[in-house]
Amino acid sequence: MTVTPYQSRLREGPYGFADLLHAEWTKFRTVRGWIIAVIVGGLAIAAFALAPGQQGSCNVSSCTAPVGPGGEEVSDSFYFVHQPLSGNGSITVRVASLTGEIPVLTQRAAMRDGLVPWAKAGIIIKASTSPGSAYAAMMVTGSHGVRMQDDFTQDMPGLPGAVSATSPRWLRLTRSGDTITGYDSADGTHWAQVGTATLAGLPQVAQVGLFTTSPGYLQTSLGEASVSGGPSVATGVFDHVGLSWPSGAWAGDNVGGGGGSPGGTAGSSRAADTFTITGTGDIAPVVAGGGGAGVTIAQTLVGTFAGLIVLVVAAAMFMTAEYRRRLILVTLTAAPRRGRVLAAKAVIIGTVTFAAGLVSAAIAVVLGQRVLRGNGAYVYPASLLTQVRVIVGTAAVLAVAAVIAVAIGTILRRGIGAVAVVVMVIVLPYMFTVAAPILPVGPADWLLRLTPAAGFAIQQTLVQYPQVTNTYTAASGYYPLPPWAGLAVLCAWAALALSLAVFLLRRRDA
Amino acid sequence: MEATIEVSGLRKRFGPTLALDGMSFTVLPGQVTGFVGPNGAGKSTTMRVVLGLDAPDAGTALIGGRPYQSLRRPLTGVGALLDAAALQPSRSARNHLLWLAHSQGLTASRVDEVVAQSGLQAVIRRKAGGYSLGMRQRLGIAAALLGDPPVLMLDEPFNGMDPEGIVWMRGFLRSLAAQGRAVLVSSHLMGELQDTADHLVVAGRGRVIADASVAELIATASGGRVSVATTAPGRATEVLSAAGAQVAAAGPGPLIIAGLEAERVVALLSRNAVPFSEVSAHRATLEDAYLELTRDAVEFRPAPSERAAR
Repeated sequence: MTVTPYQSRLREGPYGFADLLHAEWTKFRTVRGWIIAVIVGGLAIAAFALAPGQQGSCNVSSCTAPVGPGGEEVSDSFYFVHQPLSGNGSITVRVASLTGEIPVLTQRAAMRDGLVPWAKAGIIIKASTSPGSAYAAMMVTGSHGVRMQDDFTQDMPGLPGAVSATSPRWLRLTRSGDTITGYDSADGTHWAQVGTATLAGLPQVAQVGLFTTSPGYLQTSLGEASVSGGPSVATGVFDHVGLSWPSGAWAGDNVGGGGGSPGGTAGSSRAADTFTITGTGDIAPVVAGGGGAGVTIAQTLVGTFAGLIVLVVAAAMFMTAEYRRRLILVTLTAAPRRGRVLAAKAVIIGTVTFAAGLVSAAIAVVLGQRVLRGNGAYVYPASLLTQVRVIVGTAAVLAVAAVIAVAIGTILRRGIGAVAVVVMVIVLPYMFTVAAPILPVGPADWLLRLTPAAGFAIQQTLVQYPQVTNTYTAASGYYPLPPWAGLAVLCAWAALALSLAVFLLRRRDA
Repeated sequence: MEATIEVSGLRKRFGPTLALDGMSFTVLPGQVTGFVGPNGAGKSTTMRVVLGLDAPDAGTALIGGRPYQSLRRPLTGVGALLDAAALQPSRSARNHLLWLAHSQGLTASRVDEVVAQSGLQAVIRRKAGGYSLGMRQRLGIAAALLGDPPVLMLDEPFNGMDPEGIVWMRGFLRSLAAQGRAVLVSSHLMGELQDTADHLVVAGRGRVIADASVAELIATASGGRVSVATTAPGRATEVLSAAGAQVAAAGPGPLIIAGLEAERVVALLSRNAVPFSEVSAHRATLEDAYLELTRDAVEFRPAPSERAAR
């Protein structure tokens, strides 16, 4: 029998990975349930942001903090005994003691002797008495020795140890143009330079003098899960005041105070050449959490976990439906190179969830801030660039989580199991450490370093300052990893899951 | 590409079960090759191995001389229907064909062509989950034809089809083969293939039992036997047995005589005045041939020891 074998009428055209992407996209968009899930997931994120949510009692005057020279919000309140200095000059002082009072937390309005670690007493050269203006200062502290600090965020260590009558500290600041140099000494004879600060645009006439302040007292229990505290006061005793210019009259000001000192004790007294200054407050950047009073823009994205669960379900089903319906036979017949099939699925689900996340996170951050402010809650400002990073990063977290769901779905071949695993490794660690923190800080921080939940670090906008006492916990917006490092941990998990999925998909019979 | 399927020495074990035990055959273009055998004979597993879905422990399976995995646009080389139920129920039948077309770089216009060929135009926008098994088989045929392939491989395509559908399917398969395509169709019911297949590969217990044209198989199964139509089967049996023939009576039908030529049978019956209306060379059905061939290969047949124990 002679037969003419059949010749296909279809022309050979270009063919490649793009065709697989096209096929997987067609698959995804033609199941209405999956499209609905993506929309619902996005709406969930936006809905959490727009819901009534966090209340507060802020208005423009009570919650707007002064802004420091670097643009960050600062607290700038201290008792200041000062006089003007025109041009260059230097001030020297001996701090004879630093004592204070801290609240007795079990008794309302009661105080006991004590000093918070970052209580400060020393000398300062400041552009003006307006809160937030530029400054450089030398100071003794409650338990961090002598420090030189300037413009709120800079901090340099000097002599260690606490100050007392038997072990006083001598401090000196010298202005030369825009440059301020700080020195310290234990005996007033042998001096050491602590550091220099450049205060750009320091006016010709600066305010120079003595100051004392004392930040709020914090007590944590249950591994920092529970925080209590209250305002504290400190009193510094100064003598041997030496000025390089003829002394004028001293003025006393409770800078940034508004009478907020416990018992109204802030103030100064002078006996002969000894100054005693009592102050409360802090000269430092504003921090969130136990020691702070507001919320971050991450608060507008609390719905991320809910949206993530919905998107993860859609992503897992995108893969496991193939197994449930044995459609995988058709898929792998159409595309025998199995790694490429999984890659195409990952690209499609990643792109779809990223797009949904981008839109919903942008809505949440932009409109959610208005809602919070409208409610009177104080929202820490974040730069435009930071907000863009949070929005794009949140979309990336959702996309990578969806890719992990596809990979786990391939490994387990069961939808419910895949969703359970992804929720367990991403959502639960986040819930227990950030949203509803029930874990002690130690284990919580390790979970946020090691589990895929580390990716949520991309939502943090706050910076940790060692010179500010605070509960730097994930729950108050401080993750153990920097934003991009956290996202990298999540991506590493996705790479691991995808590798295992490709290995199994290739090895197993379909 | 050459339109052939070559299966050679396939072996495949699933746990304790030896699914393929040296399966070898070749499917040639221009004819419908029936792939028959009882359940568990290894037909589906062979097809899965050909499509690269299962990896064999040993042996090769080639399409036009090449392994399936090396085909660039595989559906333009082979069209396959393995499992008509392999569908996402919430996706419309047309969209099922559409993603499959996109996966091969084909367009929606090609989808419309195969929809017309399979006669599904009226229902193609319905959700595939609402399709009857017969409609799913047609959809599976449409999917197999998407790439206009020279080789078609269909696993049990007659399952669940109504009589009208079966007639359509037979004609359709024959027309595809007439175009020069190689068409491999599996079935566990020989009757379905009786008027469709030109060539048969009979499988049992993971290997090929017979690989021959339909005409050859029927001739072998007929085996020179003679069929006798008589109104006195008892008397005829008596006479013919006495002459050394083996006589089989299958119900009210004709007697089947082995061991005597037709002329001898006529002479003996005439001499003994046994009435008969017809003596003819017995022509076996394909079903008979199949049952005879697969008698030893049926998996669920009780072993002799089990029978003795009853």
